[in-house]
Amino acid sequence: MRLAGRLGGAAVSLVMVAVLGFFLFRVVPGDPVVSMTRGRPTTAAMQAELRAQFGLDRPLHEQFWSYFTSLLRGDLGTSFTFRRPVAEVIAERLGPTLLLVGTATVIAVGLGLWLGVRAAWRRDSAFDRATTGVSLTLWAVPTFWLGMLLMMVTGDLFPSRGMRDTDTAPDFVSQALDVGHHLVLPSITLVAVVCAEYVLVMRSSLLEEMHAPYLVTARAKGLRDDLVRRRHAVPNAVLPAITLVFLRFGLVVAGAITTETVFSWPGLGLLFYDALTGPDYFLLQGLLVVTAGAVVVMNLLADLLHGVLDPRVKVV
Amino acid sequence: MNRLTGFSRAGMAGAAILVVAALVALIAPLLISADALDVTRVTAAPWQTPGAQHWLGTDHTGRSVALLVVQGAGTSLFVGLTAAVLSVGIGTLVGIVSGHFGGLVAGALLRVTDFFLVLPALVLAIALSTVLPRGLGTIVLAIGLTSWPSTARMVRAQTLTIEARPFVERARALGGGHGHVIGRHVLPSVVPLVLVNTTLAVASSIVAESTLAFLGLGDPTRISWGAMLHQAQLHGAVPQRAWWFLLPPGLAIVVVVLAFTLVGRALEAVVTPKR
Repeated sequence: MRLAGRLGGAAVSLVMVAVLGFFLFRVVPGDPVVSMTRGRPTTAAMQAELRAQFGLDRPLHEQFWSYFTSLLRGDLGTSFTFRRPVAEVIAERLGPTLLLVGTATVIAVGLGLWLGVRAAWRRDSAFDRATTGVSLTLWAVPTFWLGMLLMMVTGDLFPSRGMRDTDTAPDFVSQALDVGHHLVLPSITLVAVVCAEYVLVMRSSLLEEMHAPYLVTARAKGLRDDLVRRRHAVPNAVLPAITLVFLRFGLVVAGAITTETVFSWPGLGLLFYDALTGPDYFLLQGLLVVTAGAVVVMNLLADLLHGVLDPRVKVV
Repeated sequence: MNRLTGFSRAGMAGAAILVVAALVALIAPLLISADALDVTRVTAAPWQTPGAQHWLGTDHTGRSVALLVVQGAGTSLFVGLTAAVLSVGIGTLVGIVSGHFGGLVAGALLRVTDFFLVLPALVLAIALSTVLPRGLGTIVLAIGLTSWPSTARMVRAQTLTIEARPFVERARALGGGHGHVIGRHVLPSVVPLVLVNTTLAVASSIVAESTLAFLGLGDPTRISWGAMLHQAQLHGAVPQRAWWFLLPPGLAIVVVVLAFTLVGRALEAVVTPKR
């Protein structure tokens, strides 16, 4: 029953994402075509074509119906700046973002959970104070500024623009090394900001468990301190932390937008920046629907995963 | 026991920083002449390194970076405060209504809250500030309208806890209506929580403002720390190694945001006693 409820809830959320995407770009004060074409040479015919694409000449419910049915077919409209289907442009940029976000998330989760466990276990120790202090400070640091600083400090050590050089040999190994080289600074930036959150989450999650009776039992049995931690405390504390990691996936998305903008990483985040500087409403709408949809799906996964990992929470 | 003694040293340091920042933001516009910040009227050379005359150097137009940072404090603090009040206000209203009134309204509100809680707030804020005309009001709206759900969840939980207590049952039995229960019992118990949330919300709103401004979505007529970093990025401060243009506005953001966070955490520790 619970599984059906979760799936139904996610489906409703996805429809709400679609509705939000529609109305956000229809409540624009003034003519969206005029603001989109401002500062660009456009003919009357092009403007008429754009109006037809927006469907501004038709009543709102007809506009919504045609928008919604084409969305279900995977048609997100045509990008004004790229002059190609939005779905196609987005699909192209998916790879680099998955690479950057994937790398950063894996490192940030591993590092964050480890640091959080260490800090909580020795509460108020010098290590705990330092970790919490650094995390709070990093939480206050704007992602883009950290990226700019890293770029300036490292100088020519790492490439700071794009994902690969044009003059790299075409074989797989040199290409992979080149991409890896380009990946260093953007992933450090993303890890630093996201990791801070995970440290604090893991730390407070473990602190909740610290005085649980089962830990007293484990100690009374005569287990060594780090066995108590590894086998008893951490497995219980890590579950809520992992769920929160999935729930805060939106945070990673936000970080990716500014990081990719600073480092010209050719992914969805940079596409966001292109879309808002245009402004290219169809592209922005498509990106909003795709990222929000992805976040909804991630949350569903977190829910299901929690059920699998923790027998106390039965999904079915 | 005096509850204020629980206020940590870090919290006091944060509060002290905030007082200084607020004073700077209020006094700066009175002391700085408009000429010094007008691109068309400055006479100094652009990209000067820090020296005796401009002790934080100059930007790409020859304006003093020190003056820009001081002037930018006002915008960043104003947007941070108003957006936080808007966001926490919406969150408190939604939280109390969905906690106090059961049934369909509460269900629908909870559904909407959970929906917005999950969505990446920054993405929504970007979309909003792209479609609306540029200006301070737009940024405040974009941040405030997208960051309320976590407050709503917390206030709702607190409302449910309080309404389950015997003294609320007593008030109801004596004929207390919705207005009485909310005004006399729920609101007072929610206020400390709201205060903590507002303080923390100011911190995240300032970061959000700087991000929107960095992406070029800020008010083009106003100087803010995020807008300065936008200019730094546009005019190549990084390749020119113009550290004096990059460090001050970023550090200002970090220090003020950290101060709000420390005060918020200290307040939280006072409000929610340790178990």
